[in-house]
Amino acid sequence: MSLTDLSASQILADLNARRVSSVEVAQAFIDRIERHDKAIGAFLRYDASAALATAREIDERRAAGKPVGLLAGLPVAVKDLLCSKGDLATCGSKILENFRAPYDSTVVAGLKKADAVLLGRTNLDEFAMGGSTENSALGQTRNPWDTTRTPGGSSGGSAAAVAARLTPLAVGTDTGGSIRQPAGLCGITGMKPTYGRVSRYGLVAFASSLDQAGPMGTSAEDAALLLEAIAGHDPADSTSIKAPSVAYSKSVSQPLAGLTLGLAPEHFGPGLDADVDAAVREAIRVYESLGATVKQVSLPHSKYCVATYYIIAPSEASSNLARYDGVHFGHRTDERAMLAELNAERQKLTAAGDKAGLNRLDTPLVRMYRRSRSEGFGPEVKRRIMLGTYALSSGYYDAYYLKALKVRRLIRQDFDAVFQSVDLIAGPVTASPAFKLGEKVDDPLAMYLVDLYTVSANLAGIPGISIPCGFSAGGLPIGLQLQAPPLEEDRLLRAAHMFQQATDWHTRRPNLP
Amino acid sequence: MPLSREQVEKVSLLARLQLSEEELVLMTAQLDAIVGYIEQLGELDTEHVEPMAHPIELSDVFRPDQSRPSTERSEILATAPHADGQFYLVPAVLGD
Repeated sequence: MSLTDLSASQILADLNARRVSSVEVAQAFIDRIERHDKAIGAFLRYDASAALATAREIDERRAAGKPVGLLAGLPVAVKDLLCSKGDLATCGSKILENFRAPYDSTVVAGLKKADAVLLGRTNLDEFAMGGSTENSALGQTRNPWDTTRTPGGSSGGSAAAVAARLTPLAVGTDTGGSIRQPAGLCGITGMKPTYGRVSRYGLVAFASSLDQAGPMGTSAEDAALLLEAIAGHDPADSTSIKAPSVAYSKSVSQPLAGLTLGLAPEHFGPGLDADVDAAVREAIRVYESLGATVKQVSLPHSKYCVATYYIIAPSEASSNLARYDGVHFGHRTDERAMLAELNAERQKLTAAGDKAGLNRLDTPLVRMYRRSRSEGFGPEVKRRIMLGTYALSSGYYDAYYLKALKVRRLIRQDFDAVFQSVDLIAGPVTASPAFKLGEKVDDPLAMYLVDLYTVSANLAGIPGISIPCGFSAGGLPIGLQLQAPPLEEDRLLRAAHMFQQATDWHTRRPNLP
Repeated sequence: MPLSREQVEKVSLLARLQLSEEELVLMTAQLDAIVGYIEQLGELDTEHVEPMAHPIELSDVFRPDQSRPSTERSEILATAPHADGQFYLVPAVLGD
């Protein structure tokens, strides 16, 4: 078995026992990136020499018997949405194509403190808006299981990188399913922690009440390790929870006796692909064979989750993305061309005697904002900004945004009620396996519906994990989603690990060209 | 109620976006479809429900009122498209 086929936990054991060096590990994954990433496009950029320099320094410290961090020598890929001081953070957008972060996000600082070897930056849907990574303005990522299909999104680059074993670990972000959905479509393990469990400081904001960074790897054991390195209260993030830190990597291998799983009929409706339904039900039977009991539960507001999400998330996005104005950072339009355009319009209106038109004409500053933003943002980002601006505007705020916030509370109450009688909710993570590139780009609403089973966890703030549980007839991965009450990441990881001890879906690998 | 082109133009100004003719037509149709889908929330009776803006309802998260070093101005201005070492430079706001 080659080094890159090992799990992160196995590699770490070898590193700690000095059976292998950090440099050898980094080089092995760099070799795979160089050999395979052209066909997959998981990485936007990677810095082999910087990674090897970090690895070398860690090897020296280990050899000298000095203390090393929790992930010492393990390569980690990071979604290009998390600030790393001095590095580009493009967010998959032309508007930040040349933006270098002036500070470290708390997540990246945590990875550095844990002595992770930062391998490179992964592709994403622009500003995390999308379910296929097709909205990236800077590159295309393909599903390693079938390169004519999407890896899902928005953390498609991170998911593809792990699935193709270009990295043992990756950090993604999840606002409406953007870790769990691509994890499901790429056959890997991905988790969205409880809202507030992982700091959002330096995580470029899409929707501030929904965003969470989380771990992606080939197993729950590996996800536990990465989560432990990045979770925790952060005074720099006022939405960060002050909960005691948990040694997830130590507890993950302890099975849970007397587990009760809840199945909601709302998750097994008519739109569910037959192969997905069969694989998920088989996974439930595995849990029953491990001693779990299954209970029917109901989440009555499930059908309203996507609509609720697609008011709240764009509304928050319209506010968060107002900062991209061509003034403080990012793309600014060509001012000379902009002034010429304005002049031409002014002359035309003057010649026509259009006083009202002249009055309404943009000032240079406003025109600069409008052109810079329109040149820099892609169509999906514009669509969501428009949707959010509309939902928040005078006359519509109560009917849309405020209404959505009330339905959000009803959705949360559904989960609170269900968790009174079950430990976890189990179901499919997506209604169907990976779809073809280009299939949904012209139908925004169809694209939004890929988030059907995942948005509710973000709305409710609860943690969720996606683990591989089978394959479609066409050989595409299928993911099982488990959801838990707030702050029960430990329960999720242990339950996921139980499944991975009894099955081997998570060890399957795509055949790469 | 279908979204009108005028409404979309107005929203584009609020959003500080400038849409081309094709974008305006496409956007009007797409937003209309999405808003139509979203309107199903009107089916629910939420008269006595408190809005929930944040899933973890924290309040009054303060830090001690102590001054401390911030990021260097030069580092912040380094990301600006147009700056003079002290300020961000933009087209004139007041006057012609």
